[in-house]
Amino acid sequence: MTKSFEDILSSLEGIKGKAQELKEILLANLVMIGEIPAPTFHEDERIEFLMNRFKEAEISNNSVDEVGNGIGILEGKNGDGNILFVAHADTVFGSKINHTIQVQPETVKGAGVADNSLGLSVLATLPTFLEKLDIELNHNLILMGATRSLGRGNLEGLHFFLSNFDRPIKAGLGIEGVELGRLSHTSIGMKRGEITCEVPEEYDWSRFGDASAILTVNEVINRINKIRLPQRPRTSIVMGSLKGGTSFNTTALKATLRFEIRSESSEMVQDIHQTLEEIVTEVSSRSGDTITMDIFAQREPGGISFSHPLVRHTRRIMDQLEIEPRPGPSTSELSAFIDKKIPSITLGLTHGDHIHESNESIEIEPIYTGIAQIIGTLLAIDGGYCEEA
Amino acid sequence: MKKLKKWINDNTYHHSEFWDLKKLIEKKEKNDLTISLCLPTLNEEKTIGKEVVIFKSELVDRYPLLDEIAVIDSGSDDDTREIARNFGADVYLADDILPDIEKKKGKGENLWKAIYQLEGDIIVYVDADISNIHPRFVYGLVAPLIYRKEVKYVKAFYDRPLAVSGGVRPSGGGRVTEILIRPLFSLYFPELTGIIQPLSGEYAVRREVLEKINFPIGYGVETSHLIDVYTRYGLEAFAQTDLDQRVHENKPTRALGKMAFGILQTFIKRAKALGIIEKIDDYKTILRQTQAKDNIYEQVELEIVEEERPPMIEIEEYRKKFNKKVESK
Repeated sequence: MTKSFEDILSSLEGIKGKAQELKEILLANLVMIGEIPAPTFHEDERIEFLMNRFKEAEISNNSVDEVGNGIGILEGKNGDGNILFVAHADTVFGSKINHTIQVQPETVKGAGVADNSLGLSVLATLPTFLEKLDIELNHNLILMGATRSLGRGNLEGLHFFLSNFDRPIKAGLGIEGVELGRLSHTSIGMKRGEITCEVPEEYDWSRFGDASAILTVNEVINRINKIRLPQRPRTSIVMGSLKGGTSFNTTALKATLRFEIRSESSEMVQDIHQTLEEIVTEVSSRSGDTITMDIFAQREPGGISFSHPLVRHTRRIMDQLEIEPRPGPSTSELSAFIDKKIPSITLGLTHGDHIHESNESIEIEPIYTGIAQIIGTLLAIDGGYCEEA
Repeated sequence: MKKLKKWINDNTYHHSEFWDLKKLIEKKEKNDLTISLCLPTLNEEKTIGKEVVIFKSELVDRYPLLDEIAVIDSGSDDDTREIARNFGADVYLADDILPDIEKKKGKGENLWKAIYQLEGDIIVYVDADISNIHPRFVYGLVAPLIYRKEVKYVKAFYDRPLAVSGGVRPSGGGRVTEILIRPLFSLYFPELTGIIQPLSGEYAVRREVLEKINFPIGYGVETSHLIDVYTRYGLEAFAQTDLDQRVHENKPTRALGKMAFGILQTFIKRAKALGIIEKIDDYKTILRQTQAKDNIYEQVELEIVEEERPPMIEIEEYRKKFNKKVESK
């Protein structure tokens, strides 16, 4: 018999307790997954680990697809509808970075532990949680470790799966390590790219002290700063990183600016992209340097409304668990779901610190609440409470 | 050396040969064996949490290979004991075990007391300072004991070929092994040179062996085990398993000097007892190292006494607890 939504709410404390009982299994998965380096496009070893976990949980329906996604399907009683839970397997850290993880009584520390080794390890442990909780779902639950998500990956893994999976998906849920309370239900429009300035290698005495790629990229930055951004639709240009030159006393021959254009409106994203093209052309012709712009990732804005039953019921689950919901847009997996018009949200599991630094850390205790929130949301979707009338 | 070559062929494993834990546990149950893991500690709060979590999750909850996980602590003044307990290990202070016996400090003391405190037919010892801990550190060592009754003592070694060309690569231990242990073994116990990493702190041993051998409480414990087990049971009692890479903090050269000095004491004691060195004076226990301060050179004197615990079977409390008798020699 399907549980009422009130029953689901009252079961949350028990789920949280069970998650706590299984903490060693979860933390061991976190350590073993987290210590496998997985820069974007090189996630295969992590996916292999995930697949071993699925096999050990006796999920017979499991496979790795053409782009390397690791997929396990827990078959439901009815077997006609599908729910997709996804955690991205890649991290921002290169394989040469020390991936050793430290487990302390209250925290776990190490490169990529929050984004997104924790998300992937919860995905790997979910079959065990459901088994120990005696939860049998009506729908099939597709668990997916997605590859090629970050940076130049541009959500290729999830896009590939959604374009090639031929059965309908009722709802999607993205699992992120941080931040507990995150409730992303819309995606903002986004373009991500690099502007690279290069100066000729021959020293030009006529431009004494001036011929530096850093100065040229600085000029580009000044121009970008002068772009007037509207308050509505909300729009921003994020200058994420700047790299240039090699030493103190040699002229920088190359400099690269990495950026993202973000807006609630796709027209606005397009307009700014156009403006950046003009800036690049103008600065290039004035300086005589070679400037190129490469846009390699983009998202269309969209999503489900704040009042959508999926968001509403998730908020009630969060309230019950005393999690303060922080609804807002994101540029995560959501946009791939949105492209396919699949209702979806992204949730965070715990609190973290030093994100994307090698001493990235997460708190252990809130994870149990984060897991209860995810399983509660799963039960709500499975029970049919998250569909629009 | 044909025998040694055959032993290396037959008794050297790689942990990946034992990946099938279900099969391993079936065999363990069939043989009616119990296995205890001992983690000797002294201020290991950075790494102990992870070790306990990994072993408990993988080798107790998921695959019941281990019957107990115990931390035997020398009196850490950091949070080692609390962290280990928090993640589900049984935690003991070495001084609280066999309290009527005079207390001594040292890693070997913890290993020796583990024989009394732990219940397993096999005890596997793993150092607590390994930062890349993995279940293979345990299953790779206990598997040869589970599958082969004649094997009594399994030692870990770590091999890390980064790039191999031509198929031949040197395979060895650390600095103390290559400069001290291997030359000594080559001189006096050539068969023991087949053991690739004689000083590795990870090994699994049957209780029936552990209770009958002495335990130096300091640096010499691994060397003494090898010599004592070899002279008692022969080379066939040993096996060794490649556990791939082991990441831990390297010791400074000066600390290695102390280690070598302790090991030498242990070795000489045995060489005299076995009559393999006919005449040797009683040795000194002061290690002299030189250090420079500006232009002045001075000697630092360190007293290193390699005390030994007798075989556990000689301890009355142990015989009572495990209902054992001293074998007549």
